[in-house]
Amino acid sequence: MDEEYDVIVLGTGLTECVLSGLLSVEGKKVLHIDRQNFYGGESASLNLSQLYSKFKPSSQKPDNLGGRDRDWCVDLIPKFLMSNGELTNILVHTNVTRYIEFKQIAGSYVYRSGRIAKVPSNEIEAIKSSLMGIFEKRRMKRFLEFIAKYNDDEASTHQGLNLDSNTMNEVYNHFGLETGTKDFIGHAMALWSNDDYLNEVARPTYERIMLYVQSVAKYGKSPYIYPLYGLGELPQGFARLSAIYGGTYMLDTPIDEVLYSEDGSKFAGVKTKEGTARAPIVIADPTYFPEKVKKTGQRVIRAMCIMDHPVANTNELDSLQLIIPQNQIGRKSDIYIAVLSDQHMVVPKGYYLAIVSTIIETDSPHVELEPAFKLLGTRLDTLMGIAELYEPVDDGTADGIYLSKSYDPTSHFESTTDDIKDIYFRVMGKPLVLKKRADGEEEEEALNGLE
Amino acid sequence: MSLPNPATPVKLVLLGEAAVGKSSLVLRFVSNDFQENKEPTIGAAFLTQKCTIGDRTIKYEIWDTAGQERFASLAPMYYRNAQAALVVYDITKPASFIKARHWVKELHEQASKDITIALVGNKYDLVESDEGGEEEDSLRKVSIEEGKSLAAEENLLFFETSAKTSYNVNDVFIGIGSKIPSASSTEAANQQSHVSEGRVDLSGGVNNRGQDACPC
Ligand SMILES: Nc1nc2c(ncn2[C@@H]2O[C@H](COP(=O)(O)OP(=O)(O)OP(=O)(O)O)[C@@H](O)[C@H]2O)c(=O)[nH]1
Ligand SMILES: [Mg+2]
Repeated sequence: MDEEYDVIVLGTGLTECVLSGLLSVEGKKVLHIDRQNFYGGESASLNLSQLYSKFKPSSQKPDNLGGRDRDWCVDLIPKFLMSNGELTNILVHTNVTRYIEFKQIAGSYVYRSGRIAKVPSNEIEAIKSSLMGIFEKRRMKRFLEFIAKYNDDEASTHQGLNLDSNTMNEVYNHFGLETGTKDFIGHAMALWSNDDYLNEVARPTYERIMLYVQSVAKYGKSPYIYPLYGLGELPQGFARLSAIYGGTYMLDTPIDEVLYSEDGSKFAGVKTKEGTARAPIVIADPTYFPEKVKKTGQRVIRAMCIMDHPVANTNELDSLQLIIPQNQIGRKSDIYIAVLSDQHMVVPKGYYLAIVSTIIETDSPHVELEPAFKLLGTRLDTLMGIAELYEPVDDGTADGIYLSKSYDPTSHFESTTDDIKDIYFRVMGKPLVLKKRADGEEEEEALNGLE
Repeated sequence: MSLPNPATPVKLVLLGEAAVGKSSLVLRFVSNDFQENKEPTIGAAFLTQKCTIGDRTIKYEIWDTAGQERFASLAPMYYRNAQAALVVYDITKPASFIKARHWVKELHEQASKDITIALVGNKYDLVESDEGGEEEDSLRKVSIEEGKSLAAEENLLFFETSAKTSYNVNDVFIGIGSKIPSASSTEAANQQSHVSEGRVDLSGGVNNRGQDACPC
């Protein structure tokens, strides 16, 4: 194959696949390549043998673990979708929802003063919550009412506060909230992973709390949803969207050479075992252009814990998010725990998977995860990996090389969709506007009507 | 007053070498249409078609490969919970028959074990006129016996079809439909029902089946 394309995409991680799908729908001719023989790159879900060969190559996978190999779909990057978040929006508008089924995550928990409790998401839950004393509950209720009623155009709802000039800490203090309460609002609802936000203006925190509250309101149990068979379904779904709109897929295809324009200033194509493919633009994950990315300075440790029981004190829930706010255990960044089970088809019946992650702060990162391990109880096995986070040096407009960022340790996809929209804007020269794609029935009609 | 039986949804995947006529077979089945120089289907690689067999109505959800098979890059998602598969080859192209063997093997590895597979030798119209005539100048390169014996070996349904003349096309889908085990007993269906609780419908409101059936 020696062909011309509008865009070449390297790596089938979520960011790359969403962009591939969106650009194909826009009519771009896309060639999408991955050096590995499976979809998903860093955002894949691995089966048991893939998992062990990646994390414990020297040891055999334990034969006491049940189920077939493919009954295990273990995410490399633990995240959940916010029900009302931007990725959900993109899924709905592109109709990729028809390839993937979603279920709720059954609960959202936070660690406070030595124990864990459900995160209250509205005034009624706040009143019932075991997280606060009676007076604090009332203050929390008033705070949540303020958030819910706040309207930019009605000064009467502002209570004398200005979201664009007051800091979040000032807003908290206006309601007299305790530090522990600030902790769970800022970390378990606004989902900040450190305390920098306290001294910044309140608006972004307000927006994050709104996203949380609206996401819970959508389906009820928690703000999160999760695809059956693991997050690896997401890149596959968008790859399929791209393929349906004419995108070509080549897995298991290493890049032998990157081609540049004559003066060497611009991307021109790639050489692979299948031949030469040319395009003026490439979108790639950081691993394809190591000389064009830099370390963000953050390193993440992730531990996949295989268990045969639910997490204690969570009502035997089949799935949940548990956040340990940094303050509670004397750290600078939070520890996140994502718990899943056979209800999401990611482990065989009877098993539970808890993925623990945090930003590394010391020289013995695995010790940093101890507080989380204590909450989990006995583990059948634990696989750990450390990831360095990268971001592009340039914005790609000069050389046509547009690179995505590494997946950060946040618990959801909002920063990933920011990166997607940002790259889309740089590549297309216009912001992403989501239009509803025709659904199946309309597609049929369109097909019936073909001359 | 009894309500009609709800249609059983059946995910059916298409597999086969490029240009053997996969999309054309679907177009014939879904729209009873054929296009001579068909461009690869864009934007419509997921079609549904109802098919009534006896007292059972099956709603086929048909997954066309949309070009992902060109470099053997189909995603596991494609096979996931597929209850039926058409493995298509072109009876005038021997290479496409070799490829069909490969796809059957792949299905046995990747798909659920009780998947119903039909082996389909397409473009029968190209050999129709010279059937029974001289072997030498026939366009046919894969004999009906070769197809039958592969099907027997692997326990597949077997048909020769023409998307162009519509010969045998409906029979393929009816044949599959009659062989598909009743919904509750299949592996795929079991997996589906065990997790159906707590599902969310992201598109919102589409799943209000009850309302369709409301008599008032
Ligand atoms: N004579 C004849 N031509 C056919 C028949 N079925 C398909 N074709 C033609 O074969 C060509 C390929 O058909 P498609 O349906 O696009 O084949 P496909 O398997 O979907 O191909 P890809 O999508 O590229 O993998 C088109 O030009 C069709 O018109 C048939 O039964 N008889
Ligand atoms: Mg086709």
